[in-house]
Amino acid sequence: MADAAVAHGSAEAYEPSLFGTYSKKIGMWLFLLSDTLTFGALLFAYSYGRISNPDWPTPFHKESITNATVMTGCLLSSSLTMVLAVLAARRGDKSWTRNWILLTMLFGSGFIVLHALEWTKLIGEGMTPFKNPWAATVPQFGGTFFTLTGMHMLHVTIGVIYLGVVALRKAFLPILLVIWGIVFFSTPADNVFHIGVHALLIGLVIAAVILFLKPKDYDAHDVEIAGLYWHFVDLVWMFIFPLVYLMSTRVQG
Amino acid sequence: MHTVAAHHDEGKSQYLWVWVVLLLLTAVEVALAYKQVFQPVQMLEALMVLSVIKSALIIGWFMHLKYEIAAMKWVMMTAVCACLCLMCIFFADAFRILQLGVR
Repeated sequence: MADAAVAHGSAEAYEPSLFGTYSKKIGMWLFLLSDTLTFGALLFAYSYGRISNPDWPTPFHKESITNATVMTGCLLSSSLTMVLAVLAARRGDKSWTRNWILLTMLFGSGFIVLHALEWTKLIGEGMTPFKNPWAATVPQFGGTFFTLTGMHMLHVTIGVIYLGVVALRKAFLPILLVIWGIVFFSTPADNVFHIGVHALLIGLVIAAVILFLKPKDYDAHDVEIAGLYWHFVDLVWMFIFPLVYLMSTRVQG
Repeated sequence: MHTVAAHHDEGKSQYLWVWVVLLLLTAVEVALAYKQVFQPVQMLEALMVLSVIKSALIIGWFMHLKYEIAAMKWVMMTAVCACLCLMCIFFADAFRILQLGVR
């Protein structure tokens, strides 16, 4: 269709985008809107459970809130480094684009590790998706908590892999494999890290398929789109943090 | 090809300011939770207002929606807000369980 328009010189065949920007970015925005509804549904389900249960537990004492606050700081700082990566990409500065993206990944990885440690602590206290030690009449606390925060942690993990692919391309694949191997062989089988690290293996396979089937040099637009995804992950945490952690703070005891 | 870069300067300072404000708002949220300044319902309202402000900063500056054209801003934000508001319909049932003691 487009070739025919070029051949006949009919410029009006190219209809400008309704949103005044390139289609890849509109595609990412539409995906993020649909993902908003996924997280919206999970947050509403959590709030529904909370409203309908007067005995909703408040298990998060000072240590957990401090941990979650540091995690929030990690995500907010990663958003800043990501936006600096986008600026560097627009300038055509490939070296700083990669450096800022790697720093973003470092903050994101810090968030994942802190969150997994928090999960380990809660599981150690006897919390499962089906019961919790603080309120026997509210079994759904564990289910809603793990689903909501697990879904978010999965998004952060996908985000780190996505950024790794954009920054390092094929060089990122062996790094992923090495990280998976180290974590898998150095942790016991019932450990949160041992189970969760398989997300990297799945990510490795998907990233390899993408990188080998469609090898390309990612440009400023690709960095900007990856940034949109990353900021969205940060955005969702801005609602999970107050709703799940701050509203269930245990001030005494 | 159109890029948002054409519409605004590449200054880093505005992003640094947004980051500082986001960190400060987070500190206010944590302080509110720890000092138990409000009753739970007022606390929820205060935290949600702060979260909406933080989201607006992230969407506007970090996600660059501020620099997109009006059609993009209105279509994207109206759609997501309308859909999220529609989900509130379920809360009536949660209150029914709480108020009527339905098991």
